Amino acid sequence: MTDEPLLRVRGLTKHFPVRQGLRATGLVRAVDGLDFDVRPGETLGLVGESGCGKTTTGRMLVRLLEPTSGSIEFDGRDITHAGRRELRPLRQELQIIFQDPYASLNPRHTVGRIVAMPLQVNGIKPPGGIKARVQELLELVGLNPEHYNRYPHEFSGGQRQRIGIARALALRPKLIVADEPVSALDVSIQAQVVNLLRNLQRELGLAFVFIAHDLAVIRHFSQRVAVMYLGRIVEIGDRADIYERPQHPYTRALLSAIPDVTQLGPAGRIRLTGDVPTPLDPPSGCRFRTRCWKAQDICATEEPALVPRDGGRQATACHFPEVAAPIFEEVPS
Amino acid sequence: MDSSEPSPSGDPDDRPAVPAQRSDQDAYLRVHDLRVRFDTEDGVVRAVDGVSFAVERGRTLGIVGESGSGKSVTSLAILGLHDPKRTTITGEISVGGRQVVGLPDEEVRRLRGRDMAMIFQDPLSALHPYYTVGRQIAEAYRVHHPKANRREARQRAVDMLDRVGIPQPARRFDQYPHEFSGGMRQRAMIAMSLVNDPALLIADEPTTALDVTVQAQILDLLADLQAEFHSAIILITHDLGVVGQVADDVLVMYGGRAVERGSVEQVLRAPQHPYTWGLLSSVPSLHGDADADLLPIPGNPPSLINLPPGCAFHPRCRYADRAGSRSRTEVPELRAAGADGHLVACHLSAEERAAFYAEDVASVGVAR
Repeated sequence: MTDEPLLRVRGLTKHFPVRQGLRATGLVRAVDGLDFDVRPGETLGLVGESGCGKTTTGRMLVRLLEPTSGSIEFDGRDITHAGRRELRPLRQELQIIFQDPYASLNPRHTVGRIVAMPLQVNGIKPPGGIKARVQELLELVGLNPEHYNRYPHEFSGGQRQRIGIARALALRPKLIVADEPVSALDVSIQAQVVNLLRNLQRELGLAFVFIAHDLAVIRHFSQRVAVMYLGRIVEIGDRADIYERPQHPYTRALLSAIPDVTQLGPAGRIRLTGDVPTPLDPPSGCRFRTRCWKAQDICATEEPALVPRDGGRQATACHFPEVAAPIFEEVPS
Repeated sequence: MDSSEPSPSGDPDDRPAVPAQRSDQDAYLRVHDLRVRFDTEDGVVRAVDGVSFAVERGRTLGIVGESGSGKSVTSLAILGLHDPKRTTITGEISVGGRQVVGLPDEEVRRLRGRDMAMIFQDPLSALHPYYTVGRQIAEAYRVHHPKANRREARQRAVDMLDRVGIPQPARRFDQYPHEFSGGMRQRAMIAMSLVNDPALLIADEPTTALDVTVQAQILDLLADLQAEFHSAIILITHDLGVVGQVADDVLVMYGGRAVERGSVEQVLRAPQHPYTWGLLSSVPSLHGDADADLLPIPGNPPSLINLPPGCAFHPRCRYADRAGSRSRTEVPELRAAGADGHLVACHLSAEERAAFYAEDVASVGVAR
C-alpha cells in the first residue's frame, strides 16, 4: 500500500435544480463540498441517514452523475468531466455494485451474458475465452459455474447480489463503489455477502468505497469511515477513531441509536429529536445544529470546517467536538 | 395438488400439541396451534404450520424471522385480514377471550381497530394520500364511537397526534400524508392505531423503513405508550437488536414454524436453536472483533411450497448430521429446553446443544 491515494476527491458538489414549470425555483444541495482520499487496497465506509448524499456521491465517483463542481482524481488522472471516450478505459478500473439485486440485472439475459457484458463492451478477449473467464468469476463469488445459462429469476436475492459482484469484478477493477450492497438481503444472507466482499478485498487487493446506512456493517468492512450529514462529511477517521473515540455529536448520536444485540433493554442513549432537515434549505452554519444538544450561537453563523484534531487522521467538523471519554467504556460480555 | 400435500411426519394435525405456558390462561392474546394455508397454482403453501404463543397486557412479544418465515402471515391471521376464499386457517386465536378464527367478518371488523390494531412497515401505503392525516385518524375513531360528533372526533385525533409527539398537532391535522416526513408519518400511523385504545397492538417491522435516529425515537414512543395504555404488543422484525431492546419474550420462526420461544434473556443470551445461533453470529455488532469474519448461515431460506422434509432448517444446519436421519424425516417438536418457559424445536439433546454452542458459537465471540 503506497501513500499515494488511488482516489482523490476535492470539493465534490452536486446540486439538483428544482423546477416548477420552466423556472428553476431552488436547489437541492445533495452533496456540498466533500474532500476525501481512498488509498489502493483500502476501504472507505460512507455512512449516513437517508438524504445525506451518500448514494449521490457514489454515483458521481463512477460518473453516473455529473458533478456540479469539485474534482475527482483517479489514479493520478482528473476524471471529473471526462467524456465517454476517456471514461471507457476508466470504467475497467472503477466499478459499482448496486443495492437492488432485482433491478440491476437484466431479466432477459442469462447470467453468463450479464457477467460477460463488461468484457464484450470493452472488447476484451481473455486468454481462455470469455466463457472460461465468466465461469471463473462465478466460481470466485461462490456460484456454481454450471449455472452459466440460467436467468436471474432462478436465483435468490443473495445469489443475484453475487452475480452483480461477479460482473463488477470482470474487468479486474482497482476500485469498487458498493452502494448498500447487503441492505436488501435477509440477515443470514447479508453475512455471506459481507464475508465474500471481505475475502475478495483481501485476495485481489481491491479498494472499496462502501456506502451503507448500517454502522455495524460498515465497521466490519472499512478501515476508514466518513460520516455524512446533509451533504457534508461531519467526521472522518480510521475505524477505531470513529467507533471508539467519536468526536462529532452526530456520530455519537448515530452510534448510540443502533440497537445492539449485545445489549438488552433500553440503554442510556443519546436521543436526537426531529428529522433530518430538507437539503433544499439546509440550516445556516453547522447543518446539524437544529438537532444538536451542544449548539451555541456560533453554530448558526459559522460553518465548522472539517479539521484534523491533534495532527492525526481523524477530522471533525464541529465547533464543540467531544474529546473526552471514549463512547463505549466497557464492552459488555 | 395432492402430490405436494403428504408430510414426512404423517398428518401434521396429529402432531402433539405444544406445551402451554403458565401465563397462557390469563393472557390477552392466545394463539394455539395456528395453521394458515394458501392454495396456489403451484401447490399448497403452509405459511404458518402449528404456531402457539400468548401475550399478556403490558408485555411485548418479538417475533423474529427472515422472509417467508410466516411472521407477517401470523399477524394478519390474528387481525382476520386474510382472504377467506384463498386461505384455510385452523387453530385457535383468542383475543380478550373471544375466538377470532371462524368469526364472521362483521364481528372481526368490530374487534379490529377497537380491541386490536396494526402498525405497518410502510406508512405511506397505509395512509390514504387523498385525505388529510387528521381526517383519517378521526374517522378511525368514529367507526368505533358512532355517537361521537365531528368536533369530538377531531379533538380526539389532535390529542393523539400530540401524544405521539407531532408538533403543532392542530395544524398538522389538516395536512396530507405527503406533507409529513417518514418519521412523522410513522407517528401519525401509530396515532391512528391507538385512537381507540386497543388492548393489542401488532407492529409489523414498524421501524425498518426509518433511519436509526428516528427508529430510536419510535421505539421509545412505543415503550412509553405501552406503559401508559398497558397494551399487549407484538413486534415483528428481522432485527435482533430491536428485539433485544424492546421485547419481553421472543418467538423465532423458520419455515412457518416456531423453532424457539422464551424470554428475551433466554433467547438472546442462551439461545438453544442452531438457527438462532446462526442469526446471532451473522449480525455484525458494534462490539467485538471487527476483523473477524461473520459466521453466516449457509444456503437460503426455504420455499414454503417445497419445505425441506423433517426439520425445515436441516439443509442449512451445521449439526444436522449429528441428529442422524431424524433431522430429515421427523419434524422436531417444540419442547422444554432447560430453563423455565424456554422452548426449542431441535433434535439435538440439551447436552449436545450446550457443547456445540460453547465450542462453535460462544467461542467465536460474536454472539453473546
